[in-house]
Amino acid sequence: MEIEMITEMQSMTGAKALMTAMEKEGVRQVFGLPGGANLPMYDEFARCDIRHILVRHEQSAAHMADGFGRVSRKPGVCFATSGPGATNILTGIATAQADSAPMVAVTGQVPVAMIGRDAFQESDIIGMANPVVKYAFQPRTAGEVPEAVRKGFYIAETGRPGPVLIDIPKDVQQNEEEMIFPDEFKIQGYHPWSDPDIVAVEKAVDALMHAQKPIILAGGGAIISSAFAELQAVAETLMLPVVTTFKGKGAFPETHPLALGPIGMHGHAEANKMMTEADCVLAIGTRFSDRSVGTFEAFEKRLKIIHMDVDPAEIGKNQTAQIAVVGDVRASLRIMVKILAQKAQSKAEETPWIKHVKETKAYWKENLKLHPGEMGAAKILRKLRELLPPESIITTEVGQHQMWASLFYDVIQPGTFFSSTGLGTMGWGFPASIGAKVARPDVPVVDIAGDGSFSMTENSLATAVLENIPVIVFILNNYSLGMVAQWQRTFYDRRMIGVDQGRCPDYVKLAESYGAQGLRAQSMDELDGAIKTALKSDIATVIDIPIDPEEDVLPFVAPGTSLSEMILPS
Amino acid sequence: MWAILSILVENKPGILFKVTHLFRSRNFNIDSISVGVTENPGYSRMTITTVGDEKQVAQIVKQLDKMIDTVEVKHLDEHKAVYRELSIFKIRLNNANDSMEINKLANAYGAKVHDVKKDSIMVELTATPDQIKAFEDLARPFGILEVARTGVAALQRSGA
Repeated sequence: MEIEMITEMQSMTGAKALMTAMEKEGVRQVFGLPGGANLPMYDEFARCDIRHILVRHEQSAAHMADGFGRVSRKPGVCFATSGPGATNILTGIATAQADSAPMVAVTGQVPVAMIGRDAFQESDIIGMANPVVKYAFQPRTAGEVPEAVRKGFYIAETGRPGPVLIDIPKDVQQNEEEMIFPDEFKIQGYHPWSDPDIVAVEKAVDALMHAQKPIILAGGGAIISSAFAELQAVAETLMLPVVTTFKGKGAFPETHPLALGPIGMHGHAEANKMMTEADCVLAIGTRFSDRSVGTFEAFEKRLKIIHMDVDPAEIGKNQTAQIAVVGDVRASLRIMVKILAQKAQSKAEETPWIKHVKETKAYWKENLKLHPGEMGAAKILRKLRELLPPESIITTEVGQHQMWASLFYDVIQPGTFFSSTGLGTMGWGFPASIGAKVARPDVPVVDIAGDGSFSMTENSLATAVLENIPVIVFILNNYSLGMVAQWQRTFYDRRMIGVDQGRCPDYVKLAESYGAQGLRAQSMDELDGAIKTALKSDIATVIDIPIDPEEDVLPFVAPGTSLSEMILPS
Repeated sequence: MWAILSILVENKPGILFKVTHLFRSRNFNIDSISVGVTENPGYSRMTITTVGDEKQVAQIVKQLDKMIDTVEVKHLDEHKAVYRELSIFKIRLNNANDSMEINKLANAYGAKVHDVKKDSIMVELTATPDQIKAFEDLARPFGILEVARTGVAALQRSGA
């Protein structure tokens, strides 16, 4: 009702205009932490329906907004004050930018007249954030606020999504002006989508149909655009095996007979193997990151590349494509499905290639050596998969556990697996799981964690408990910075420097001290019980699972080498 | 390859910073840059010359195009564009003849002579970067004391 009232011009403060404009964008909650320079906007929480979720560190607010944004596909919102509050969210903004996640970050700033005078808690956050935002606004008058919010949300969620920063000087929040809330607006230099070129899609179909060993490589873009059904239709119609990037993990059900899982540095053996044997790849929404493809030269050899991406700048950035389709990948795949239907292309026969793919997959299922102990990573993660409903959402921290999750946790329902894949931000998973749970309170949300990464944002337990956001933190605890330790074992002759975290803290007691539930699982029976208990609980739960600190993540493609040079378990 | 990029941007504060920062963060080079307001006061035109292989230049153009503040980005064909740079040279006068010699040189290049002093002379030359370099090579034996250059300004020829 309030919204209807103010479609007409109305006098209000910049802070009120901010909240009103956000309500019009459908914002239901903000993750944040108040301070001197954003007090006027905080005061507005007393007069609006937007929920405030208090964090203990602004970086976590940004990760929560990021997790919310990835799951809901609507920008998550975080608030921070000026100076250190603003610089604390930078890592979160950079993480969202690297993984194309929609986010709107709103920072307080010193009053306009104080800018540039090294005032208390002044930082040039616009200058600092510029390289890691999709766009940044700094309204200099209160009347500019509604348009900045409207454009900011539009930019954050359209085309290739990303983070937008709105930095609002304190006096701009306080000043009262006649406000216009624009419904229509123009951003001249912004063209988020272009229509896919049908001729290029036809060429792509021809190339795939004439290839001997075609394959699909699905990237994060396939998840962002929710191209799940279209991807599956193309794969099944043309009988194409599907590998993904790590970011694209779960774009295609990993339990599907055509699924091979992620390629890359810690890709599945069968995925890396088939990727290197393929002669034609349909690459969907991927930037061919070094972690995914290894050395670029080796990847390019003998391979015809069809590249679909919403961002024209990705075409040819890392990899030269023979056929490029610029546009929303879901729209592009829809056209492909239609063309295939017109050609009355029914399910292809089982080709020698598909037979070979299936044999390879079966071989590695049998023959990949796993950790012999009871509490090996594969067994732990397969147990988690077994007990979680298919619609459960996973976030991960960054490190060995993340790569084990990639290897051993099969995503059943597409679009339910999220990780900091581009920036590789330790500490992302837990606050992101809180944001994810706010977006989807109806499904279990589990942060697959390591002890090192969880330590970085563990104080978000306070938020999870006090705000009643019952997520599950699943710590594969090797008492060390395990991935670095693995590299030191592999490349630095076992000189272990700066990786031992000691038995500190006790995560069960830590959880309990925050009022969360702490469980420890030292056997598969205990693990089974702990997961079931956590799923039944209505408070945040930390499950501490001690594992062997010497367990490596394998297979491993060493940096700077090709996917064909996998290091396998001996 | 040497490339001239003509970039129409919204005339707002901070955009020069964003454009130059893009070159730095993407590991591209700026050879020269000039900025000025256009026939429409809402827009500025930046002319940036850069060096890179074909793939790199294509990537720079795409990244610039992706920037929300850029309205139009063109990679100009130097054969189908008018492009000029203004340069000012302060050249040492070593003996009585030098002044006349430098005047002759300036005339040959269509340059203007300013501020003739006992020990130095200033020459203003508006030309292509190649011509400026040729002039500089010929002036060097006299002793070049200081140089200021504006960077290239360029427009595509009509119908090109």
